[in-house]
Amino acid sequence: MSTGRTVLVTGVSRDLGRTFARTLATDPGVDRVIGVDVIPPRGDLGDVTFVRADIRNPVIAKVIAKEDVDTVVHMSVIATPGSAGARGTMKELNVMGTMQLLAACQKAEQVRQLVVKSSTIAYGASSRDPAMFTEDMEPRRPPRTGYAKDVNEVERYVRGFARRRPDVQVTLLRCANVLGPRVVSPLASYLRMPVIPTVLGFDPRLQFLHESDLNRALRHAVLSDQGGTFNVAGDGLVMLSQALRRMGRTSVPLPGIAFGGLGSVLKSARVADLSPELIAFLTYGRGVDTTRMRTELGFEPQYSTAEALAEFIATLPPAGGRADRVLGALADHLPPVDEDRPAQLTLAGDHHGRR
Amino acid sequence: MADADIIPIGTRGQPGRGTGTRPSSAARGLAPKGGTTKKTPPAKPAPANKPVAEADTSSSDDVLAPTRPDDQPVIATSSLLDDAADVPTGLTAARTDERSTNPLAGIPIGDWLAAFQHASREMFGDQWEPHLARFLAFLRRRLTGDYTVDEYGFDEEVTTRFFMAALRPIADKWFRIEVRGAENIPATGGALVVSNHSGTIPMDGLMTIVSIHDQTGRHLRPLGADLVFRLPVVGALARKGGATLACTEDAERMLRGGELVGVWPEGFKGIGKPFSDRYKLQRFGRGGFVSAALRTGVPIVPLSVVGAEEIYPLVGNIPSLARLIGVPYIPITPFFPLLGPLGLVPLPSKWLLEFGEPIRTDEYDAGAAEDPMLVFNVTDQVRETIQQTLYSLLMQRQSVFK
Repeated sequence: MSTGRTVLVTGVSRDLGRTFARTLATDPGVDRVIGVDVIPPRGDLGDVTFVRADIRNPVIAKVIAKEDVDTVVHMSVIATPGSAGARGTMKELNVMGTMQLLAACQKAEQVRQLVVKSSTIAYGASSRDPAMFTEDMEPRRPPRTGYAKDVNEVERYVRGFARRRPDVQVTLLRCANVLGPRVVSPLASYLRMPVIPTVLGFDPRLQFLHESDLNRALRHAVLSDQGGTFNVAGDGLVMLSQALRRMGRTSVPLPGIAFGGLGSVLKSARVADLSPELIAFLTYGRGVDTTRMRTELGFEPQYSTAEALAEFIATLPPAGGRADRVLGALADHLPPVDEDRPAQLTLAGDHHGRR
Repeated sequence: MADADIIPIGTRGQPGRGTGTRPSSAARGLAPKGGTTKKTPPAKPAPANKPVAEADTSSSDDVLAPTRPDDQPVIATSSLLDDAADVPTGLTAARTDERSTNPLAGIPIGDWLAAFQHASREMFGDQWEPHLARFLAFLRRRLTGDYTVDEYGFDEEVTTRFFMAALRPIADKWFRIEVRGAENIPATGGALVVSNHSGTIPMDGLMTIVSIHDQTGRHLRPLGADLVFRLPVVGALARKGGATLACTEDAERMLRGGELVGVWPEGFKGIGKPFSDRYKLQRFGRGGFVSAALRTGVPIVPLSVVGAEEIYPLVGNIPSLARLIGVPYIPITPFFPLLGPLGLVPLPSKWLLEFGEPIRTDEYDAGAAEDPMLVFNVTDQVRETIQQTLYSLLMQRQSVFK
């Protein structure tokens, strides 16, 4: 690694972006980290230089040129409009912001590397999906609305940039749903609801990525000299029903149509945002293959899907477990049994070494 | 009790209603012998020693707490078993008073215990304690979500303990499935089982899964049409049972992972064909299963199923309604929808499953899967094998139901 690297990180006003920028600044391989966002970050930025700039206008090009940036980490593709405003603002920020940023990067000769945090939502969710998406697969039904469409467009621009600037190493990380104590995302706020509605008759497969693993994956991508598109997710999968049982939450199965109607009610009540793409995900689920993440990128997540979920559950107020306690009291009166649970099943992306 | 035979006028000839002045015959039958007068104090609950004496035969002295822990005070159970005199009398008396409010309250704990033990022994056999403990552990794992699913959503525990247990009686008792050539199924490694498809609903798939599991202990991983995964409940159950979408990616992924994969290449053309076309194989798709097997180099095991055609003889179809709902066909059988839900009971035909000699695919060159002519040839070979086996099985079969 060449010394004296200057990294520009977009989207530092959000928790994930801020934490990433802070930890990257402490890395010996990195000289300087510049954080860019429209609004100042709420928390401590550490050694990161904060520049208040909007990536949606050409000012960003000046920042890149003036600060002599050689690596750009784009983290400001957002799923929740939050304080930014409504859906229109979100799309503006995601798509127009990416276009401006990439245009600025294309002009800047000294930029050597681009890392973009994308999402596995790019694969969509439908009944025709293969069980595990690999990086080469296209979504079976191209998403037409919302965040998923934004992500697809952002990825298209990034691919276009990679074609026009072949000398820049472009890494596209498609991250599974990030879960962690502080994560604010549509799925996390859905799982934080006290009573959780589910789609009647469907049990989606979920895959999670712990927030610290997202942090590590991005850092790994910045310091690695391996470009390309990679799925990033924790090992294994859980079913939604299984996750709810582990959380001890009550679930209310609703028919598909009613579930969609509930989404708009919850959105207006600001409880959770059940967007059409999240509803599709909660109906059909999704799994991504992480073989390439291990073999080519050489990244190993510390948390499996189940462990990321367990840590998320630990931050929730405890609930349920009454039936388990009754059964446990009953089982205490019986002689202990040898474990007869079936052997552990295949973990996602790890099936080559088996048998 | 001769007077019990006299049914008083006004009871509409139904015994057991009483006349208002005297208890009903059923009540009299329950009362202790020696008198039917109302002055008799309420019968004391049966002392606990009788059921306990029976319970004493239990090999172990470590006995489970009563089944209703919340409204029954827990008593040191060993003392109950050792000596009936240890039963606290105050408790029994208190329960007697509550009798009018709660009919169950009068039953002493000893009875509960004995009944519970008896039920446990009935269900789990003599070794009921470890069995029950294991069952409870299973129940707790399910309740707390402490189990694993694989990347296709396959839940091995619930499949072996629940789905298989539910389907096995149907396979053994109703269809009396006879399996031949089970030794042709490889014991380890990936293999592709290719079968004919029939029977209006994919019952043959379920029966094949159970038969293969019982014969070899391996789980058949079926590939299903996307309609299966679009339907609520059905799709979720299919994934839990080990199925995944019939597409090249999943088929190859499963075969590379060393799974035993099942395909029914006829698809809806096969199960939805009219009864008059029974045992005539339909077109075998586009041969996608063969190219998947060629690419992964796994053997193809042809399977011929005889008997599934007769479970729901399809004599008609409502194509317009089917198009409206978005399903491939709406079946009309001699009993459905004529008899309503009763028409859903499959006819108890006798089934024969014959696994043929495995067709090896690892001898072809690396690019064999890209050679359409070769793929068609292998597809035809598989299809012919199944068709010929079907004919010979039909010749051997004495009748549809025997």
